[in-house]
Amino acid sequence: MNTNIWFNQLRVLAHMALTVMGLMLITNTALAERTLLNVSYDPTRELYKEYNPLFIQHWKAKTGETVAIQQSHGGAGKQARAVLDGLEADVVTLALAYDIDQLYNKARLIPENWQSLLPNNSSPYTSTIVFVVRKGNPKQIKDWIDLTKDGVSVVTPNPKTSGGARWNYLAAWSYALKHNNNSEAAAKDFIGKLYKNAAVLDTGARGSTTSFVEREIGDVLITWENEAYLVLNEFGADKYEVVTPSFSILAEPPVAVIDKVVKKNGNQDIASDYLAYLYSKEAQEIIAKNHYRPTDKDIAAKYEKQFPNLELVTIAQLGGWNDAQKKHFADDGVFDQIYDQGK
Amino acid sequence: MSAVIQTKNNTKQQAALHDPTWVRTGLIAIALGFIVLFLCLPLGLVLFEAFSKGWTAYWSALTQPDTQAALKLTLLTALVTVPLNTVFGIAAAWAITRFEFKGKSLLTTLIDLPFSVSPVISGVIFVLLFGAQGVFGEWLMAHDVKIIFATPGIILATLFVTFPFVARQLIPLMQEMGNEEEEAALSLGASGWKTFFQITLPNIKWALLYGVLLCNARAMGEFGAVSVVSGHIRGMTNTLPLHVEVSYNDYDVVGAFAGASILAGLAIVTLVLKSLLEWKQSDR
Repeated sequence: MNTNIWFNQLRVLAHMALTVMGLMLITNTALAERTLLNVSYDPTRELYKEYNPLFIQHWKAKTGETVAIQQSHGGAGKQARAVLDGLEADVVTLALAYDIDQLYNKARLIPENWQSLLPNNSSPYTSTIVFVVRKGNPKQIKDWIDLTKDGVSVVTPNPKTSGGARWNYLAAWSYALKHNNNSEAAAKDFIGKLYKNAAVLDTGARGSTTSFVEREIGDVLITWENEAYLVLNEFGADKYEVVTPSFSILAEPPVAVIDKVVKKNGNQDIASDYLAYLYSKEAQEIIAKNHYRPTDKDIAAKYEKQFPNLELVTIAQLGGWNDAQKKHFADDGVFDQIYDQGK
Repeated sequence: MSAVIQTKNNTKQQAALHDPTWVRTGLIAIALGFIVLFLCLPLGLVLFEAFSKGWTAYWSALTQPDTQAALKLTLLTALVTVPLNTVFGIAAAWAITRFEFKGKSLLTTLIDLPFSVSPVISGVIFVLLFGAQGVFGEWLMAHDVKIIFATPGIILATLFVTFPFVARQLIPLMQEMGNEEEEAALSLGASGWKTFFQITLPNIKWALLYGVLLCNARAMGEFGAVSVVSGHIRGMTNTLPLHVEVSYNDYDVVGAFAGASILAGLAIVTLVLKSLLEWKQSDR
């Protein structure tokens, strides 16, 4: 008898479980509006949090349709990998062109000429690489050369997984070439010393920021300009300072519509307008406010004071991403050589 | 003389049976210190941070749509995986303890596999199988079936990681019990199902509930395997543990720790239920 009661209770429980599951499935499918998935890199969380409502408003005014936008953030290399593995991104907004190139090279998800489809190499905003130091700059860090000194502890992500980290690395590399009459041996030596000073190599830019700020590791954080100012805003200008070096790299984080996915989802119109609208005056204002360098001339002039002028090398001057990737970040590339030596 | 030796021996015996007080207090202090340092302190910190901006901030962090979606997904995952693994666990324990067959020890080892494999690998296995570049990727794409970076993938990964829990609890118990009672029932004419529900199930129910409880705790708390197959789409494929990480990286401390407080609460409920079950079991 006792068992029967127990068994009945079990049946009741199973019924309840099934009902709840059913309800959840219904509520999930009830939202039939079109949704767009933007797969992005780490530090753009705040930017797209502000841009998405603006775009939803714009699209509603233009077409009367209410769309929903979903976000996914992570290290750029990891995110590109996920899209290759089937994460159905309608658009990608990643840290560097190389990662988007892989979507053509490995799976033909986008056309080969994707980077010429939108203005300015498909980069609606640019940025550069700067330093964040603790208040008062106790180690007197002014330029790249100071990062190679003994006793300076550097925080930067791993170039193998993070797009931002590759920009950091290439900025340091170009600086070393410039100051050593383009001697690659000297540049290797310089980079080797710099990475020997690295306290941790996180997988993404945001992880490095957390290491530097919340775990209080390191004397200097090498990071995106926008991420550097975010640190000041979030954690107090009374605790940190941004140091802009004499020389850095012009980082162009590009955007692209994933043709194969939008065709399948029927999202072509929203996806292309979502990226095109990033170049509008309204969006460029948000971009500047989030400390990305706007590409619109008027907005750039308006926020001129916010962005110090410094000499910037471009990735094209370094021979493009394919060459840079092969030479520096592929297995047994320069990074592996200097990092193994450092150990 | 002899009396003196007698008492000496007595105290020696007592000394052997009872450690000196400093050893006892020392051991207790170490054990308590460890618990406070590595259990109470972090748990307290979770709650402290969750409420650091007051009740209203805590509440609004929990009622935010992304948190709600993460909570729903976590519950759905547990609701699917726990019953499936319960059925599987009973079947596996039954097969292993009641029948003799070739490859039995292999099956026992295989059941333990998810325990010995890193959860990240468990996740990657599913990406390699069902991802767009994977073995079944093309077929799935052609038929518009989404597994990876969607709810089915998360459920599959959780299923894989949690499947030993129930079987692991039942196998030793059922081995110890033997099958005399069941044989008696069968020989008296009871059907197979009747024997199971009236003899076996009552005998194993506490161990079974215990296994289900552990399975549920892991299903709701799993991070590594789920992280690989999730795709981290906010409000869609983030489970509660993933949502905690995302909020933390958004510098949303209250949100992160509010999510963590739910997971910690779940852990405490599991612990209380577990002690209740153990008490019931020993009572029997």
